Amino acid sequence: MIISDLFKETSAALLVNKARTGLTMLGIIIGIGSVIAMVSIGQGVQGTIESSIQSLGSNLIIVMPGAQRGAGVQVSSGRGSSQTLTLADADAVQQQILLAQAVAPEVSGRYQITARGTNTNTQVIGTAAAYSVVRNVEIDTGSFIDDQQVRSLSKVAVLGPTARDDLFGQDVDPTGQTIRIKGVIFKVVGVTKAKGGSGFSNPDDVIYVPISTAQRFLTGHEYVSDINVQAVDQQSMTDTQAQITSLLLDRHHISDPTLADFSTLNQADIIATASSITDTLTIFLGAVAGISLIVGGIGIMNMMLTTVTERTREIGLRKAIGAKSRDINLQFLAEAVMLTFTGGIIGVILGWVLSLLVSRFGGIATSISLFSILLAFGVSAAIGIGFGYYPARRAAGLNPIEALRYE
Amino acid sequence: MIKCDNITKIYNSGDVKTIALKGVSFEINDGEFVAIMGPSGSGKSTLMHIIGALDTPTSGKYFLDGQDVSKLSDDELADIRKNKLGFVFQSFNLLPRTTVLRNVVLPLIYAGSSSGEREARAKAALENAGLNESHFHHHSNQLSGGQMQRVAIARALVNDPSLILADEPTGNLDTQTGEIVLSTFQGLNEKQHRTIILITHERYVAEHADRIITIRDGEIVEDEKNRNKRKINSIA
Repeated sequence: MIISDLFKETSAALLVNKARTGLTMLGIIIGIGSVIAMVSIGQGVQGTIESSIQSLGSNLIIVMPGAQRGAGVQVSSGRGSSQTLTLADADAVQQQILLAQAVAPEVSGRYQITARGTNTNTQVIGTAAAYSVVRNVEIDTGSFIDDQQVRSLSKVAVLGPTARDDLFGQDVDPTGQTIRIKGVIFKVVGVTKAKGGSGFSNPDDVIYVPISTAQRFLTGHEYVSDINVQAVDQQSMTDTQAQITSLLLDRHHISDPTLADFSTLNQADIIATASSITDTLTIFLGAVAGISLIVGGIGIMNMMLTTVTERTREIGLRKAIGAKSRDINLQFLAEAVMLTFTGGIIGVILGWVLSLLVSRFGGIATSISLFSILLAFGVSAAIGIGFGYYPARRAAGLNPIEALRYE
Repeated sequence: MIKCDNITKIYNSGDVKTIALKGVSFEINDGEFVAIMGPSGSGKSTLMHIIGALDTPTSGKYFLDGQDVSKLSDDELADIRKNKLGFVFQSFNLLPRTTVLRNVVLPLIYAGSSSGEREARAKAALENAGLNESHFHHHSNQLSGGQMQRVAIARALVNDPSLILADEPTGNLDTQTGEIVLSTFQGLNEKQHRTIILITHERYVAEHADRIITIRDGEIVEDEKNRNKRKINSIA
């Protein structure tokens, strides 16, 4: 029996009972479709989270005031509310730690902003010129804050695109215009490029001002909310982090590191943590979908067993006219594999459509990898062989005499 | 040529031994039309299974065209059935919801002939069995009993076998249709010199053959030429 005959026989047998074939296939379609969709959503979530962490900057270490993971009691303090870091700390890091390529301290707070009849409430970050490098802020029009403006306490502001939209309207160049932050007049000198944000914190809804100006006119004290440090490269991040910690402990006269009044956050650690969470999520989603695939496979086995029983006489006849056990085995195995394979193809399409819909309406950039498609095909073929094996064996093992007599 | 030499068949089911055939010997020459007749339980079905290479004897030898078939493996038996035998069953055993032509082509699929050749041979066999060409593309379950049995005969003929085995071919048919089927066998035997073995429990059916072997309780009780062969002239 050659392949094309096998294919013909198989498709003819499956087309005889279209409703049953379709329903059995549906199990595999749903199984494969959900595996594809779930894995692509999981990978999409991972990609989204990673890219939003990456958009913070590269090789970034953030030093924040407040207790480090204390043994036992964690004195939980919101970012910026604790006042232990100063500009002098930032300068010390800049000058004494060679691995720190750029240092940008920042103070932040939310203020009411007004500009010619419009107003908004948004985050104002007071910082230095290095911030644009460290935190990956790109300028669309005008320029970012420079060191001269920091030194001279200039009342200048750089707007994030969302803040610009809120205050001046879209596609308006606001440079040269003035805004009032907490009643103080600032001159707009630039607008940053959109970073594209997701979730609760929109990195585009922000206004940057010189840190000295912010401390003098807005916060009224000399503490900083955090210090952003860019390490020279990826490899030196851990060393840099350690050096910053020991320097600041020294400066703050703290001998026990567990009592530190600041904490450092390493971007690589954040990414590693986030991706381990999303990996778990992807595996979890995949596993749930995998269960439905197994249920689908059992459906195939059930149908094949029913088919073998129903077609006992046909099997007897085929054997009587010269089919070997191998031919019968192959035929029923081919039926199961064709069922699962066709179901697999439709399932991949379904999963693809589902993940497209999620991308479009759910805001997650899902991605379907070739790997997951190949995996789906492999798994569906394996299910066909796995769950078709026993029924096919049963068919092939039938005694032709008894099979022909079967009522 | 068929030669059975002292064939016995014993079935063991648990502790119970059933002796179905007790030393059966006979020869059938090419071109003969033989009826094997006996009541149910006589062992005629067991004998048919052995002659049809569906089963092997417990002892004794069975030669088909000079080849000893009695000791072959399952796969070798399948090859014998594929190349040398054609079966016609009481209940037709056609594939339902499948065209007549495809039913007849089926043995050739396992024999591995080319698809163009298959169709031509299937059509020739169907004409040989007396089925009208207008039915070739009908589904097998749309046919009458007589037509179905003729499709089954065509299926048995299509691989040009040395021997056609018909197991109660008229059992599911009314008398008139049965006559037509039997006369089809007679025609194949007389005009094309096909060797045909007809298994039946009815003397009336057996009397369409040239020779009648009567079997009872696993033994041949009578083996003689049929002197009053029944023939009908009107072939419908």
